[in-house]
Amino acid sequence: MEELIPVIVRGLGVGSTYALLAVGFVIIYRATDVVNFAQPALMILGAYYVSFYVFNLGMPFPVAVIASMITMAAVAALTERIALRPMVGEPPFAAAMVTFGVFVALFIVAFRLIGTNVIVVGDPWGLERMDFLGARVNQVDIAKIVISMIAIAIVGIFLKRSRVGLAMRATALDQEVALAQGVNVGRMFGLSWAISGALAALAGMLIGTAAGGVSPLVAFVALKALPVIILGGLDSIQGSVYAGIIIGLAESFTRTYAGTYAPWLGSNFDIVVPYAIMIVVLMVRPYGLFGTKEVVRV
Amino acid sequence: MSAPPDTIEPKAARATLRGRPELYTRYAADQALLNTNAKKFWTLALLLAVIILPFTPFATRAWLGNLTVVMIYAIGGIGLNLVTGFAGQVSLGHAFFIGLGAFTAAFVGGTPGRTAGGLELEMWIWLPLAGLVPMAVGLLVAPLAARVRGLYLAILTLGLVFLGEHIFREWEFVTGGFIGRRAPEPVIAGFNFNQRQEIFGVDFEREAIFYLFCFVLLVILAVLARNLARSKSGRAFAAVRDRDVAAEVMGVPLLKTKVLAFGVSSFYAGICGGLLAIAFGQITPENFGGLAGLLLSVEFLAVILIGGVATISGSIIGAAFVVLLPRFVEIASAYIPFVGGQGSGAFLTIFQVNQILFGALIVAFLILEPRGLFGLWLRMRNYWKAWPFSY
Repeated sequence: MEELIPVIVRGLGVGSTYALLAVGFVIIYRATDVVNFAQPALMILGAYYVSFYVFNLGMPFPVAVIASMITMAAVAALTERIALRPMVGEPPFAAAMVTFGVFVALFIVAFRLIGTNVIVVGDPWGLERMDFLGARVNQVDIAKIVISMIAIAIVGIFLKRSRVGLAMRATALDQEVALAQGVNVGRMFGLSWAISGALAALAGMLIGTAAGGVSPLVAFVALKALPVIILGGLDSIQGSVYAGIIIGLAESFTRTYAGTYAPWLGSNFDIVVPYAIMIVVLMVRPYGLFGTKEVVRV
Repeated sequence: MSAPPDTIEPKAARATLRGRPELYTRYAADQALLNTNAKKFWTLALLLAVIILPFTPFATRAWLGNLTVVMIYAIGGIGLNLVTGFAGQVSLGHAFFIGLGAFTAAFVGGTPGRTAGGLELEMWIWLPLAGLVPMAVGLLVAPLAARVRGLYLAILTLGLVFLGEHIFREWEFVTGGFIGRRAPEPVIAGFNFNQRQEIFGVDFEREAIFYLFCFVLLVILAVLARNLARSKSGRAFAAVRDRDVAAEVMGVPLLKTKVLAFGVSSFYAGICGGLLAIAFGQITPENFGGLAGLLLSVEFLAVILIGGVATISGSIIGAAFVVLLPRFVEIASAYIPFVGGQGSGAFLTIFQVNQILFGALIVAFLILEPRGLFGLWLRMRNYWKAWPFSY
């Protein structure tokens, strides 16, 4: 048990970051039926801005994080307005390709800003450890879990309780009906992207904490949110939280135990275990654990 | 009461009437691959031009190499078009099957190295195997892929690319691991298709031989694909693409059709991979997995979306476009101030410009002309057919 706790805590930490990214994907998917392939680039830029605000503008860390989230929310909303709004009514696949184009463009921007260096975000946790249930765990993992869950809870409560959240859910359900009820659907699209951008910035900060640091190539960690949303179901926020945690735990356990118990899997199998899980789960439940089963008619 | 005299029979002996080349009196003539005289003439002319090209002074070795890659991409593009264009199953995993073909070829045809094994067999064994092994894997994956569709399927197949990278990296005995391995030699009965050769006293450049070899393969595979597309299976593909539930109701076996589409597509991808390995010279897991794999898959999507969805000739046009565009960007970059090579300190590298152009072109075609370049050609042809009338 002693040795299990750090593994679990690390898994939960990684998993909650994935969940954070996945919630961003899901919010955009629900609102606009688009899988946002630009999310990884938004995440990297978010981490960059945290670092920029801390080291270049001298902001305290929490303020810098909030500022970065606001910046990325603005960037994401702007992206939606410029690149995605004209795609309303076009085939979803075309819109998905547009987000891929946005990804390439933003990724180039990230490369220009960061270069090939690794930047640190200036987080207060570093490599410090703390006692948790009698085991030594990384502070940063606890921070990841707490911050992600708080952020997701805020988004959830916002969607459930607030008037705007209701409008967003109405938009997700049926755009035309929402329009007929006086909801400004376009603004809801922008808002979905803004929330998603802010969550991506937060996730980027969390991934860049501690020893990690952020280089543009870290963006591909964000692609692991894809197995997470498939596992949880493309349109379920609740699903992405559970799926994120499952994937995070699986990754952490594989990293620790695969070398001992299943060496034939090869080293670094933990990097691809999310995809393996995704494929296995799709065999049993094609619409993910919590996704809405599509009703098809001729 | 006798049956009416069969007056059509004598005329039907000719598939078309003299002076009425587009009036068909037999179904077979209507369905023929080259159903008009113009098509017959221009296809033949194009084939001849492609064959003669290596012997003309225009053909520098670099450009022959580029055109060879065009043909290899066209083979892969036809494969992706069968599954995505004809059968409507969006696959982002094409790079995985291409990689599988490449490493199968390198293992079966390659020489054993320090860590990697090799069977040192000739091409008539390794090239079919390079197609059959990915096909077998495709057939294994297909029943799973048949359960999901749309974006779920796209992301599922994307997962294959990442799993593939892991397998390519770890299975050192076959793939050579991180550093990869050399491509196999394309040798049949002692004749190397990737070497300077003298045939009947004529001196052939290395590039020219491989170019002609790939061309022959492309023609065979393209005709096979075209025949598949106009057969019963091809019509089943289209039915599944257009409305899978309706297709099933009408008695098209959904699972069988999707599995067939994936299997054939993977076979083409594997052949493409085996040949691509030769074009690359050295193959590493990085070529086909992870980020590069994703970009390769998107490149092949660009081939079919820019070229023309659900057309074989469109796949070939698209391959030419996708392969040659970067070369033109490279040439043009000398004249555009903010574009430069890797490490030249320019605002955008050539690679980045290509990525942006591909993305922009895919989107532009999806919105403006979903039938791709082939659709543009159709429009042009119909315009001139009806000229001077506008309809």
